[in-house]
Amino acid sequence: MSLLSIRDLAIALPKGADRPYAAHDISFDLTPGEILCIVGESGSGKSMSANAVMGLLPQGVRPVGGTITFDGQDVLRLSEKQLLDLRGRRISMIFQEPLSALNPLMRVGAQIAEVFEAHGRLTPPERRARALTLLEEVGIPDPQAAIQAYPFQLSGGQRQRVMIAMALALEPDILIADEPTTALDVTTQAQILKLIEDLRQARGMAVIFITHDFGVVADIADRVIVMQTGEIVESGTADEVLLRPQHPYTRALIDAIPRLTGQEDTPAAQSDPVLSVEGLNKTFRTGSGSFFGKPRVVKAVQDVSFDLFPGETIGIVGESGSGKSTVGRCLARLVNPDSGRVIVEGADIAHLSGAELRARRRRLQMIFQDPFSSLNPRARVSRILTEGPIAYGAPRTEAMTRARELLGMVGLDASAMQRFPHEFSGGQRQRIGIARALALDPSIIIADEAVSALDVSIQAQVLDLLADLSTRLSLSMLFITHDLRVAARICDRIIVMQKGAIVETGPTAKVLHNPDTAYAQSLLDAIPGQEYERALAGAG
Amino acid sequence: MRDFWKRFRHNRGAVIGLVILAVVIATAIAAPFLFPQSPWKMVQRPFLPPFTQEGLPLGTDALGRDVLSGLAHGAYVSLLVGLVSTIVALAIGVPVGALAGYFVGRTDDALMRFTEFFQTIPSFALAIVLLAIFQPSLVFVIIAIAIVSWPPVARLVRGEVLSLRTREFVEAASLSGLSNSQIILRHVLPNALPPIIVLASLMVAQAILLESSLSFLGLGDPNIMSWGYMIGAARTVIRTAWWLSFLPGMAILLTVLALNLIGEGLNDALNPRLTRRSE
Repeated sequence: MSLLSIRDLAIALPKGADRPYAAHDISFDLTPGEILCIVGESGSGKSMSANAVMGLLPQGVRPVGGTITFDGQDVLRLSEKQLLDLRGRRISMIFQEPLSALNPLMRVGAQIAEVFEAHGRLTPPERRARALTLLEEVGIPDPQAAIQAYPFQLSGGQRQRVMIAMALALEPDILIADEPTTALDVTTQAQILKLIEDLRQARGMAVIFITHDFGVVADIADRVIVMQTGEIVESGTADEVLLRPQHPYTRALIDAIPRLTGQEDTPAAQSDPVLSVEGLNKTFRTGSGSFFGKPRVVKAVQDVSFDLFPGETIGIVGESGSGKSTVGRCLARLVNPDSGRVIVEGADIAHLSGAELRARRRRLQMIFQDPFSSLNPRARVSRILTEGPIAYGAPRTEAMTRARELLGMVGLDASAMQRFPHEFSGGQRQRIGIARALALDPSIIIADEAVSALDVSIQAQVLDLLADLSTRLSLSMLFITHDLRVAARICDRIIVMQKGAIVETGPTAKVLHNPDTAYAQSLLDAIPGQEYERALAGAG
Repeated sequence: MRDFWKRFRHNRGAVIGLVILAVVIATAIAAPFLFPQSPWKMVQRPFLPPFTQEGLPLGTDALGRDVLSGLAHGAYVSLLVGLVSTIVALAIGVPVGALAGYFVGRTDDALMRFTEFFQTIPSFALAIVLLAIFQPSLVFVIIAIAIVSWPPVARLVRGEVLSLRTREFVEAASLSGLSNSQIILRHVLPNALPPIIVLASLMVAQAILLESSLSFLGLGDPNIMSWGYMIGAARTVIRTAWWLSFLPGMAILLTVLALNLIGEGLNDALNPRLTRRSE
């Protein structure tokens, strides 16, 4: 017997959008105790379909056809008041970004108690007691302290646990999880996935799990729905869809997943390093500490040393807060290191300033994470690409010719020159960001989570582009990422960082398959979808 | 640009404001042609009520001067003072805010303490003191108003710049070898523009009110007919000839209202994501 049944659902977008429907012809069933994964790239309509179940669609977006039957009633025909009763009590939801989904000025305990209050359940002391048991159930260390804490005092994983506790408060029949682990580290992600799995078994609750990550799907799903531009292109049990995909789109998505296996050992470089980092340190202090309490001290980078050889790509991996980004920013001098040396072509960049820094820094360029904030929204692509060379004294016409060449090199049409960043997709913007970095003829590229914000298929294209460019232009690259799969795909050597210090360095194949340290092993174990990858490899 | 106009039009109040302001501007421009005579010239007997004498539709004031002519010439003065003093205030406030926000640390401390120095003094009192020191000519009225109204601009710009300077495109610009001044002028300030424009439209309204208040107290330029002066001159006869205070008062009210409505419309049009209200 199905708990939730969706038939021919169509959700219309407002006029002037890029397509008439956010989603259409959506039909699926959910049985009690089942985990259904909806997979798709950004803009595929996967979140919209799930939000429609809760009656939570954005302004101007509305369902125009079909039915959503939950427990014998059509959700689309319910009044706002009836929906209120449904939300939270029968169906509840957790979101991607637990920090913005929690009220920053309310203690955790009060927020959980509020869920009972909204539905008029229990007395205040009972609510508090329930909040405590819920926090225990979702595995928060020291629930007595956590109940008194504000959201900002908890880590990302703990905040997501609080969200889950709130969602479970009224023992719903269905939990909708919209990319709940995307903002989390791999190790935390693995814990949250396990928690959802455990809760499903303990409570017999059905879960709709929305994600873009096939590794996660492989680990958790009973059934899978694949969506593309608002339509379901494939659905079936997890094994069917993942191991014997029928639709070309599903196959393309699965092929785009970076594999952990298959690196060759590259021979160690013999020439002189193009970049040498020696004993780099950076400590952040916040709060003056003069009147109230001690200043907060974060040792972001502690005694980091490594060499980067010509043509080599080094991956720096670690969890958030491990200091990997700070290393990259110290090298580019976006942050001033406290001590240590950064030697590029014989000069110590860490201790230069003014004109000399400007001249040397040209050889070292950066590609940023967020393709939406890394391009000035008010500058045309032509200006974005020529500004740097002109600032370094290139004539304007020459810079323009070069910019056109660069666009070709990163796979964009020269007509892009006259357009503004918002006219491009995320992947295209990232290509513009790469062209901008190349415009100054650098010898070293620092890519800070350069593909983390992109969909898998786009990610694969951009990674290929970067690999191709680094061989063609004999660039050396520092690739900072939290995603070991991405690192496996592009890096020659891997540096693992934890709490600001390097814990392991070695060739990619060695670090990924036979690491020396327990920490690197724990990172590897947390990568989702490993069994699935072996199954895929076995199937040929 | 077309989107901008579409969103602006969506706010009906803003369109009404624009129409009122257009009328005021047209009056100000047309005043010297419609009323070539000086508004100070006595043309009829004093206290002539409105709509009683042909050629003097709004009557005359306590000295027999044409009220309509005074209102028309006053429109020119009000708009001029509002616009020019706002431009001067922006010219002080934007650089101060931009430098403070971009260079943080000591520069920020120094510039913000300087700004707070102005903010701690009640702005109207400061304007009166400044005008008591200078001669009360139009130029000094404008300068006095500008000096008391730039601190909010500096604060706003600083806040915007503080958040913009950590954006990745600004970091990329500094990696591209641009100088600090190039980064501020070409990358940071253009992105801080929308809130500045909205604030500026409201500052014009503020400046018109300030000028009227100063003229009401007799601190304005004695050679220039302004709305505030007209109210000030008529306040002693408010019980016998109420329209002499009421008409210029309405003129101020409508102009300030129009500018506020426009400001709100600009806000909707320039920050579409912040104001997407229910349809």
